[in-house]
Order: sequence, then C-alpha cells, then structure tokens
Amino acid sequence: MDGHLLTTRQMASFVADGYLRFDALVPDGLNHRASDEMGRLREERFTGDGLRPPATGTPLEACYPPPSVIGEYLRLPGVQGIIRSLLGPDPTFDHDWTHHIPAGTAEGQHLHTDAIADSDDPTFDIQLFWFPHEVRPGEGGTRFVPGSHLHRVQPSALDRYQHIAGEEQFAGPAGTVLVFHHGLWHAGQPNPGPDDRWMHKVRLNPTQPQVLQWDTADLAELHNDPSDHVFARMQPDSVAHTFRAWHPWHGVTTYRNEQVQRARLWRYLTDDDTYDVDHYLTRLEGRARLVGR
Amino acid sequence: MTPRQQVLYLWANGSALDSTVVAWAFHDGTDGNVPGLPEVPDGRPPYDTGVDALRDGWRLLQSAQLIAQQTGQEHRNAYLDYEFVFERLVDC
Repeated sequence: MDGHLLTTRQMASFVADGYLRFDALVPDGLNHRASDEMGRLREERFTGDGLRPPATGTPLEACYPPPSVIGEYLRLPGVQGIIRSLLGPDPTFDHDWTHHIPAGTAEGQHLHTDAIADSDDPTFDIQLFWFPHEVRPGEGGTRFVPGSHLHRVQPSALDRYQHIAGEEQFAGPAGTVLVFHHGLWHAGQPNPGPDDRWMHKVRLNPTQPQVLQWDTADLAELHNDPSDHVFARMQPDSVAHTFRAWHPWHGVTTYRNEQVQRARLWRYLTDDDTYDVDHYLTRLEGRARLVGR
Repeated sequence: MTPRQQVLYLWANGSALDSTVVAWAFHDGTDGNVPGLPEVPDGRPPYDTGVDALRDGWRLLQSAQLIAQQTGQEHRNAYLDYEFVFERLVDC
C-alpha cells in the first residue's frame, strides 16, 4: 500500500475542495464484472439468502470476502492507499448502495447531503463512488458542489438550490472513483442517454485519529508557516496556497470563513495547533490570550 | 387568459441587489407555455445580478434579512446567505 498513499498536495486539495477524483483507477477486468454483482446486491440486499451487504461497523478488511468483485475493488492497492491516507488504519464499513439509473430516466434528485447535520469536530467519513463504465456528459453522472463539504446544513434544506455556479456533474472513463468528504453536497441526475448508469457508493468510518496517515514526504516542503498571509508574505507553493482556492459560488465572507474551516481541519490532520492561513485563527487566538481565554 | 405566476430565486455573493448571482432556481406556473429564463451558456446564471432581473420584468418579492450569527458560530458557513425572490405574472 505504501506506494499508493496520497501526497500532501492531494490531501490539501481534498481539504479545500471536499473531493478527489481518480480516473480509470479500477482495471477493466473488474469493471466488466461489476454490473452483475452490483445488480445482485441491488436485488438481493434485503433477502434472507441472497447477496447482502456487510453489517454496519464491520472492519473494512472483513467486508465482501472472496469471491466478490466489490471486495476485489475495495482491496485494490490504489483504493486501499486512498482509504488509509484519509481514514487511517482499521476503518469500518458504514453502509453501501448500488445506484442504478436506467437509460432514459428523466428525473433527478434534489441537491442534498447524506445522513444528518454534522458535529462540530473536524473528523470525517469518506464516501467512494465507483463508476464501472464510461459516463458520458449529461448521462447520469453525479452532480456535486466543490467546496461545500464544510458547510453545516440540514440534508434536505438544499433542495431549493437548482443550480450553483461552479458545480460539476461527473463524466469520465470506466473505473473512475470519486472520493467525497461526507459533507459534500451532491445529487443523482437524469440519464437521458441510451445506456444504464451503474455506480457503487460506500461510506466508511475512521476508528483512529486521521493524523498524518498519508505519504508525508512532501509535508515539510508544503506545510506553510502560520505567518503565511496573502497581504504580507506568502510561500508561493504551499498548503495555504491550495487553501486559497476560491470557488465561484463563494462570496467574500464565505470564502474567508472557509479558509478558517480548512485551517482547522488541517490542524487536526497534521496535529499542528498553530497552523493557519492568512492569520485568521492566529489573530483571534492572540487577542483571546490578552483576556486569559 | 389566466394569469400564472413564475418564481425566480437568485442567490448573490453579497447583500446588494446588484451583487453577482452565484445560484438560481426557477419555478414556472405556466408549465412552459410562455418564455421562461433567457438563454445563456451552461453553468451561467440567467442574470448576472438581481438588478438585471428587474430590467427583464421580474418583480422583487423578498430580500434576505441580515441576521447576526450566534457567538461561536461566526466562522461557520451554512446556507447561501443572500437570497432574493422574484415573481412575474404572465397570461397563458
């Protein structure tokens, strides 16, 4: 797995955008066998003697034992490296679902988040979306809003947002895997195309602190000093530079608050309570110390 | 001819009606029997600002109130802050 861990740059992008994308990560041999098992899981999930998902809380390593196409996918070194980098060792299975959108489907989902409103701590789950066949533009690829994952919202309150500037709809080659922070806003979309769209989505939980679990060989080079400030001195190629990503739907206040939340998440991931971008947290913490807080 | 309502939500990146539109939603009480939103490239809002919607005949119904955030929550984002609701009555 060591050769497949994420880099610091990838981790910083995940913190800034709320997702990572890996085109054609799963080999065709697995992709070609996927629809059958996904279909069985969809049909037999709630039957007594068919193909059933693991129980919630099952250690990932015990999920979908051989022979299983989904198990083979989850045990690919590239997939294992992603999971280990983001969740750390010993993650557990939350739940999965087969998302099947038949050809010619006109309806789509409203924008939403999964589960319930989030806690205030920086820990996070991940959700992996595996598309075992090519998804052409506009043919049922998942819609999602980069930079939405750290917003604290109720799942169904997003229904009214039909369109958001900068949102994306997945299209890409067979075997592509999207990895979402659990808070990323997303929605299934219509599929007016001629082919059914299949996708396997699994949510995984961490069981240990998600601290420095990726390939940190480039961390010292990129992990900026807390003094890094857009209006003073900046390290040109740094985590802070990545965290300054401005998504088109963010206004000034949203953007700055987002930088604060990204810095908080990075503090957790790096176990560095002094980390900052553009001085927002350091400024407030310095003043709080003046009054003994 | 029966008047029907069209409703347009615009969310801007600031509290002013001439701030840039960053999200939108449209509901058509005519069920598509009269023109709806202007043709624009994919991903672009139908109007760049709320003022542009006024100039195209939309009537402003409601603007977002500005509400101070609770102590301790000042740096948490949630929903899109600056919502403007418009209507247009059309005969069909």
